[in-house]
Amino acid sequence: MNPPRAAWLFLMPALLVLGLFFVLPVLAALLLSFTDYDLYALADPRNLRFVALDNYWGLLQRPLFWSALGHTCYFVAVGVPLSMAASLGTALLLNSPLARGQAFFRTALFAPVVTTVVAVALIWRYLFNTKYGLVNEALAGFGIHPVDWLGDPHWAMPTIILFAVWKNFGYNMIILLAGLQAIPPELYEAARIDGASALRQFRHITLPMLRPTLLMVSILSVSGYFQLFAEPYVMTEGGPLQSTESVLYLMYDEGFKWWNLGSASAVAFLLFVVMFAVTALMLRLGRRGDAAEVQP
Amino acid sequence: MSAVRGRAPRRVEFRPVRRLRHAWLALASCILLAACGQAADTRQPLDFWTIGREGEAVAKLIPEFEKLHPDIQVRLQQLPLTAAHQKLLTAYAGDSTPDLSQLGNTWIPELVALHALAPLDQRVRQSRTIDPSDYFANIWATNQVGGQLYGIPWYVDTRLLFYRKDLLQAAGFDAPPRDWQEWSRMLAALSTGEGRERRYGILLPTNEFEQLLALALQQDYGPKPGDGLLRDGNRYGNFESAGFKRALSFYVEIFRRHQAPAITNGEASNPWNEFGRGVYAFYLSGPWNIGEFRTRLPAAQQDAWATAPLPGPDGPGASSAGGSSLVIFRRSRHQQAAWQLIEYLSQPAVQQRFYQLLGDMPPRRSSWAGEALRNDAKAQAFRDQLERVRPTPPIPEWERIVNEMQLQAARVIAGEVSVDQATAELDRRVDAMLAKRRWMLDRGGSAVP
Repeated sequence: MNPPRAAWLFLMPALLVLGLFFVLPVLAALLLSFTDYDLYALADPRNLRFVALDNYWGLLQRPLFWSALGHTCYFVAVGVPLSMAASLGTALLLNSPLARGQAFFRTALFAPVVTTVVAVALIWRYLFNTKYGLVNEALAGFGIHPVDWLGDPHWAMPTIILFAVWKNFGYNMIILLAGLQAIPPELYEAARIDGASALRQFRHITLPMLRPTLLMVSILSVSGYFQLFAEPYVMTEGGPLQSTESVLYLMYDEGFKWWNLGSASAVAFLLFVVMFAVTALMLRLGRRGDAAEVQP
Repeated sequence: MSAVRGRAPRRVEFRPVRRLRHAWLALASCILLAACGQAADTRQPLDFWTIGREGEAVAKLIPEFEKLHPDIQVRLQQLPLTAAHQKLLTAYAGDSTPDLSQLGNTWIPELVALHALAPLDQRVRQSRTIDPSDYFANIWATNQVGGQLYGIPWYVDTRLLFYRKDLLQAAGFDAPPRDWQEWSRMLAALSTGEGRERRYGILLPTNEFEQLLALALQQDYGPKPGDGLLRDGNRYGNFESAGFKRALSFYVEIFRRHQAPAITNGEASNPWNEFGRGVYAFYLSGPWNIGEFRTRLPAAQQDAWATAPLPGPDGPGASSAGGSSLVIFRRSRHQQAAWQLIEYLSQPAVQQRFYQLLGDMPPRRSSWAGEALRNDAKAQAFRDQLERVRPTPPIPEWERIVNEMQLQAARVIAGEVSVDQATAELDRRVDAMLAKRRWMLDRGGSAVP
């Protein structure tokens, strides 16, 4: 047996599984997105129509799709930097030689990641209740009027972002912590001998050394945050006035609530295109940054 | 539609794959195997799905049925309400529907469109227990699609007013409102205070469509027969009609005058408690809240609240004809046994016990003649309302349409659009949702309910 054939043979099981459970369903969904598959078609295949790109065209003309995309982008644009800042900040604190009780804090800060989103959402809903919530109670102490956190279309998304950041930052924190621990201490030692301040050490040693980790974490976060669903699902059900309805939420409504699987598949592919474009751009920018760093 | 496809019986089977090391284990397996085999041989299994809280209560009624029918073994499955709709459709797609199920009556047209349900007219004609004329007429009608009957009403649900008798009296009103004008006066008199001390006439959660729907069903919709919230044989939306606009304006006006807070049901986290404290004088809700108020409000306050039929634009008004029915699935191989269970659950005596267990209101007039219901003033308002309920359009798209209706209403409440803009937009969207239905009707599709 020649080597290429042996290699294919070894790859076969994985390829088969991937093909059967990933490529095939994706292709089927792509086909589905060119039809008007719905409840009636489920009852009788003769009610199925091939509509070519009508689903996509219809979606692009629907204000709800654009507003859902807008909400999702808002969530990503604000949520990802916030979450990265929180993760990096806590990772730096945990990595500091001055930190005490590291194991405890690491576990405590990671805990939100592994809690059930539904249970936690319930508590957050109490915290952010307009009338009885602790948050408004605390704000009242500063003389600030009660805010209708989850009922006001302007405040609902910020509240969801806060919730998502709190829920997710622990995961990235652990990855960044590992990245920080991999930086050789000699570099800091040399910098200290040269008289570099803590800020300059952070800018010229920590950030560049952490760059690959940061890039990976940000790409993972962006693709994760684009798939916003569980948070609005349990906190606001997409409301108030659909102000927290995300693209994925729209897909869920279309597909599983109203059983319009054709247009739901189209939503999925549009979201895929958007996510692909954004992460590809990020990768390219990241690489260019690397190149710029190497040259001078 | 293909012929009824057979379904493999799902029996519990023990298949020891490893060689047994201990004789007692083999013995135990033999006994279990024998037990399973025996149960499956002599009693026919009947899969019965329930939705929400009903499952727990009906579990207490099943043993008696099994005693009466020793050849039937009922296998009860409780679906949570939030997952029920999906689960039913998935079961249909996956060819694993139960024998019979509880089904919200607004979901019936959808499953009929799928050819999932067995027609029941023949069985009702031959039945000695189920008498259609004993049922509230418009509740019965919600189970008919295209002239055929697909479900037997199990319990009913409608919306009416819960109100604080003492607060109304203090404001100078001795009786609950009879028409909208009187109601408006009461709401104005009962909405007082500012900020945290604000007291509202009524609670209408902005994300629940049932309240606006009840008001909209009270309206007249033009001269053409069959026209309601939809027109032309349910082909187009009819939300720009004068009738719907009147209902929407009345509804929105309550919020504009701050007689109801513009909050969702998630934010009104404990409406019972707040009703007790007098934050709301009226609460437009359904029968299950009789039980809630009885358990949640202190004994001293039990005489302070009451229920009343919904006031209409001029005189006693209509309300929605909701509730759940019992349906038999077309693919069931135990349809006769399923029908026997439906007949058992439809007996007035059983329905009265069901009411005592859960507070779900029976759909038969004779069931209302029993002690527990006849002497209950708070339930009697529902009895009165049930004679004046109106069904919603029996089409699969309805659930989606009524959700869209509430979304547009919420936009008017928030001041984003006017009543005219909202209704025009609503008609535009509803017409789009009904496009496929129109196409199928024009093609002469027989599957369209």
